[in-house]
Amino acid sequence: MRSAPSFAATGAEIVSTGLDILQVNVGYRCNMACKHCHVSAGPDRTEMMSSETVDHVLSALAASPITTLDITGGAPELNPGFRHLIVSARSLGKHVMVRCNLTILFETGMEWLPGFYRQEQLEIIASLPACLGPDVDRVRGDGAFAKSIEALRRLNDLGYGSGGSDRPLHLVYNPRGAYLPPAQCSLEAEYKRMLRERYDITFDRLLTLANMPIGRFGDFLRSSNNYASYVQKLAAAFNPDTLEGVMCRRLISVKWDGTLYDCDFNQVLCLPLEGDCPRHIAEFDYDCLKNRAIAVGDHCFGCTAGQGSSCGGAIER
Amino acid sequence: MSDYYKSEDLARFAEVGENGPELFKKFMAWYQAALEPGLLTKREKVLIGLAVAHSVQCPYCIDAYTKSCLEEGMGMEHMTEAVHVASAIRGGATLIHALQAKNAADKISL
Repeated sequence: MRSAPSFAATGAEIVSTGLDILQVNVGYRCNMACKHCHVSAGPDRTEMMSSETVDHVLSALAASPITTLDITGGAPELNPGFRHLIVSARSLGKHVMVRCNLTILFETGMEWLPGFYRQEQLEIIASLPACLGPDVDRVRGDGAFAKSIEALRRLNDLGYGSGGSDRPLHLVYNPRGAYLPPAQCSLEAEYKRMLRERYDITFDRLLTLANMPIGRFGDFLRSSNNYASYVQKLAAAFNPDTLEGVMCRRLISVKWDGTLYDCDFNQVLCLPLEGDCPRHIAEFDYDCLKNRAIAVGDHCFGCTAGQGSSCGGAIER
Repeated sequence: MSDYYKSEDLARFAEVGENGPELFKKFMAWYQAALEPGLLTKREKVLIGLAVAHSVQCPYCIDAYTKSCLEEGMGMEHMTEAVHVASAIRGGATLIHALQAKNAADKISL
C-alpha cells in the first residue's frame, strides 16, 4: 500500500508577494447543494457573515491599497448584507467580483440581481461544469442547467460576456468526478462553440479548476473509494512551475465569522495563518499580511497539479 | 473465465516488454506520438480512441479512454455518440458483406 502523498515533501514554500485581493466568504448558505462543493454549502447551512463583520471588511478595504473584493459563499447573494457590501466597496473605488451560481437569479425576491450586477459593474464568475444538461444536473441538481442557460441569456442581454471590460462574465469548469481538468484553452474553445451554436450565449473566459479533496467532494471521494487514488493523482501531477501563480500569494480569505485564512480551502480545513499577524478582519493589518508565509497542507496539491488551478483558473496556459 | 480480464492488469502493460524490449519500446514511442495533438486535437484523438476501443472490444482500452474523455471535459453524451459511430461502421461493414454472399450465390445459381 502506497503512503499518502505529502506536500511538505515537495519542499515547496509559498510566500505572499503582495496583497491585491480580499476574498470574502459571506456565508455557507446556498440555494443549491452541488456535489463538488468544497465548502459543503446548501440550503440548510446557517453560517452567515454578520453586518458587523461586513463593516469590518469595508474598514479593511478603506484602509488598505487592496484593489479587488472577491465575494464568495455559499450563494453570496443570500447574505442580507450583500448589497451594502458591494455598493460600499464600489464607492471606495474597489473592483468587485462575485462568484455566482446562476440559479440564484430565479429564487423568489432575487429578480433585482441582474440589474444590480450591471449597475455596479461587477465581474461575474459563474459555475457551469459542462455544456450539456444531463452532465450539469447530475452534479448540481435537477433543472440547474436550464436555469443556468436562462441566467446566462439574461446576463448577455445586459451586455455581460461580450468582451467588454466593464461587464466581464467568466465561466468555471470543475471536473465532474475524480479526475483533473483538461487544458483550459482547448476546453474554452469548445465551451464557446457549444454555447454559441446551441444557445446563442457568449462569455469571456473559461476558468478550469481542479476539485479539492475536501468538503462534499471529499465525501464523494471517500464514499466511492476514490479518495486515495485521487490524492495520488494530484500528487503525481505536482508541477512546481505553478507555485509562482497560486492565488494565495496575492489574496487573503475572510471567513463568514471574520477569521482570516490564506485561502478558501484553508478556511474550510480551519488551517490558521502562520506567524504573528492578527487573525481577524477586525484587526486587519495589511503591512503584516502582504509578505507572509502561506500555511500549506497536502490539499495544496489541488492547486499545483498539472496546469495548476487557482481562483482565476489554470495557472499555466 | 469471469476473472479473465483484471483491471489491475492495465498497470502491468509494461511487462509485455520483458520478452521483447526493443519492439515494445518502439511500440510505446509510436503509440505516444500517435496520441500527441497534431492537426487533430487531443480531445478528438481520445474520442477516436474510445470508439476504436469499443470496436475492438478491449476492456482495458475502454477503461483508459473513458477516463481520457472525461479528463478532456467530455461526458457520457459525447462518448455515446462516438460509440454509435463505431457501431454504425461495424454494422455497415457487416451488412455490405451481404454482397459477397450475393456474388457467391450468383456464381452457382441458375
